[in-house]
Amino acid sequence: MAYYEPITELGEAHLVQKGSTLAEVTDDIAGVTEKPAPRGWWIAFLLAFSFVGVFGLCVGYLFYRGVGVWGNTSPVFWAWDITNFVWWVGIGHAGTLISAILFIFRQKWRTAINRFAEAMTIFAVICALIYPGIHVGRPWLLFWVFPLPNQMTLWPNFKSPLLWDVFAVGTYFTVSLLFWFVGLIPDLATLRDRSMTKTRRTVYGFLALGWRGSNQHWRNYERAYLILAAISTPLVLSVHSVVSMDFATSVIPGWHTTIFPPYFVAGAIFSGFAMVETVLLIARSVFKLHRVVLMRHLELMNKFILFTSLLVGYAYSMEFFIAWYSDNPYEMAHFLHNRPAGPFWWAWVWMMVPNTLIPQLYWSKKMRTSIPVMFVVSIFVNIGMWFERFVIIVLSLNRDFLPSSWGYYRPTIIDVGTYMGTFGVFFTLFLLFMRWLPMVAMSEVKGTLPQADPHYGHRGDKHGEHHSEPVAAKGGLAAEGAE
Amino acid sequence: MEAHVTSDRKIAPTVILAEFESAGDALHAAEKVRDAGYKNWDTHTPFPVHGMDAAMGMKDSRLGWIVLACALTGLTGAFTMMHWMNGVDYVTVVGDKPPGAPQTLPSMVPILFELTILLSAFGAVLGMLGLNQLPRHNHPVFASDRFRKASIDRFFISIEAEDPKFDVKATKEFLEGMHPSHVEVVEEEVE
Repeated sequence: MAYYEPITELGEAHLVQKGSTLAEVTDDIAGVTEKPAPRGWWIAFLLAFSFVGVFGLCVGYLFYRGVGVWGNTSPVFWAWDITNFVWWVGIGHAGTLISAILFIFRQKWRTAINRFAEAMTIFAVICALIYPGIHVGRPWLLFWVFPLPNQMTLWPNFKSPLLWDVFAVGTYFTVSLLFWFVGLIPDLATLRDRSMTKTRRTVYGFLALGWRGSNQHWRNYERAYLILAAISTPLVLSVHSVVSMDFATSVIPGWHTTIFPPYFVAGAIFSGFAMVETVLLIARSVFKLHRVVLMRHLELMNKFILFTSLLVGYAYSMEFFIAWYSDNPYEMAHFLHNRPAGPFWWAWVWMMVPNTLIPQLYWSKKMRTSIPVMFVVSIFVNIGMWFERFVIIVLSLNRDFLPSSWGYYRPTIIDVGTYMGTFGVFFTLFLLFMRWLPMVAMSEVKGTLPQADPHYGHRGDKHGEHHSEPVAAKGGLAAEGAE
Repeated sequence: MEAHVTSDRKIAPTVILAEFESAGDALHAAEKVRDAGYKNWDTHTPFPVHGMDAAMGMKDSRLGWIVLACALTGLTGAFTMMHWMNGVDYVTVVGDKPPGAPQTLPSMVPILFELTILLSAFGAVLGMLGLNQLPRHNHPVFASDRFRKASIDRFFISIEAEDPKFDVKATKEFLEGMHPSHVEVVEEEVE
């Protein structure tokens, strides 16, 4: 997390509004948690929280009556439940990409949005994990997925992709939470040190673990951060790959595809960036984060959306091409007929247009730097990516090998309510996070300011005298872990 | 450690804090403290300052070794678990692959990988906290009100009274010689 030096020859500028001081950055971000919540926050919170109520009612009714309250029926046994699961897991991926992969690539602009995106990851994965939990029919037996000793002396089947998924998504959630908390420690210390009331000092102080900004600690902290980023990078790529194997290892046309793992990962990052942008644009205007979240950050995110849109579009085209090239009648019936011209053709259009056509607007700089345009596009991408999962899951099932078993799928009001309910859970958690935790990583943003450069204000004078090597005879702190 | 008595309480210095306005000033001061041969001292900054490790004469973090040990534990633990549960204790044959045969390995890859990552992550976080001896909610530096700025926009050097070279007067003068914006002797009641 060394300081950021823009390459002025390339037209780069600093990452935070020019002339911002360390104290101003702290005030902007920590201040949000200290002032009373704006009216907009309360409106949003009450709205979101009422949807938590809808969620509770729908899930309560589901547990009372069973999965028959959903529209899932022969031949479509996986429908909105798994669509929503895959969609929510995918949303989370942008957070890890921003926090881990961009860190490894030293993309320092990530500091403005990484905390926010990591929070989104955690809340999205919580929403995702709800679905496999509630769709099993007898949720009180969910612990059977874990390798626990039981009276039947049975163990889980480790050769099943569904069990891989338990480990992949469980690990992903745990590691994301750990990563997020590690990033929060120095900022919690800032909140502790700024606190005016005893309650705040106690609570933030407890959570900050007694962090005192010691350089001996920063040394291990930065290493921990680097290692977490390094292991999260393959992890995030593995999670949606494993999710895609739930489908790819089956023999259903539309699912049995080797392109699935990279295709799912690209789609996950695509939808995740869209969701970060939707939520970030609202938070930026409600909480006035213009000093830290610049147009430059938004534009870079739009470039990511454009790039991943092209990847997703490539995957769609390749599925079509391979279906035709394989000369397999079932593959061709699925891709060339059932998808674009079957009973769910409209879902296919909702997948193709928002995911592959609408983001092409971003080739124009004017479009990708316009707030209203990016807000609308991000919503379209969210919808389009939901339909992508719907198309993959429902359209592959509704017409399989035997025409006698073909059918249609209609969601029930409980399906809709449960899905809306997870939005309530997501936004309730998000709004609480924005209210009580620093939503931008303060210590990381400060580390990118010009003031973080040890030569700041001294540039040019006596250069070369700095950074003298330790005088060997005197030792200094060379002894490992000296306290 | 020289203690003095005020009324009926005994007060002793615990740490001397020098406060700097910029990262560069703190860095250069740290080089001087290092060269003066102090052992129990530290710098406190709102963000990790580039070059401070060298300025303090610190060695590289050992955390990587802890994480490596955890990663290997996760990997071997995952293999042992899957092999024993599906290949020994309750044999589950899928796809005609004989239990314990090398052909069962590919299906183990996802969980081998996930548990390696999971244990590495715990190793990284708990190892970092362990090496840093955190959580530690009570520390002499917290007795200073000015120290609250260490997490906001000030840069501190602390020299602890435990240090063999520590001498209230001499150490304070030494730190004052580096032109900090403020020097404070933090004191604490002793029994």
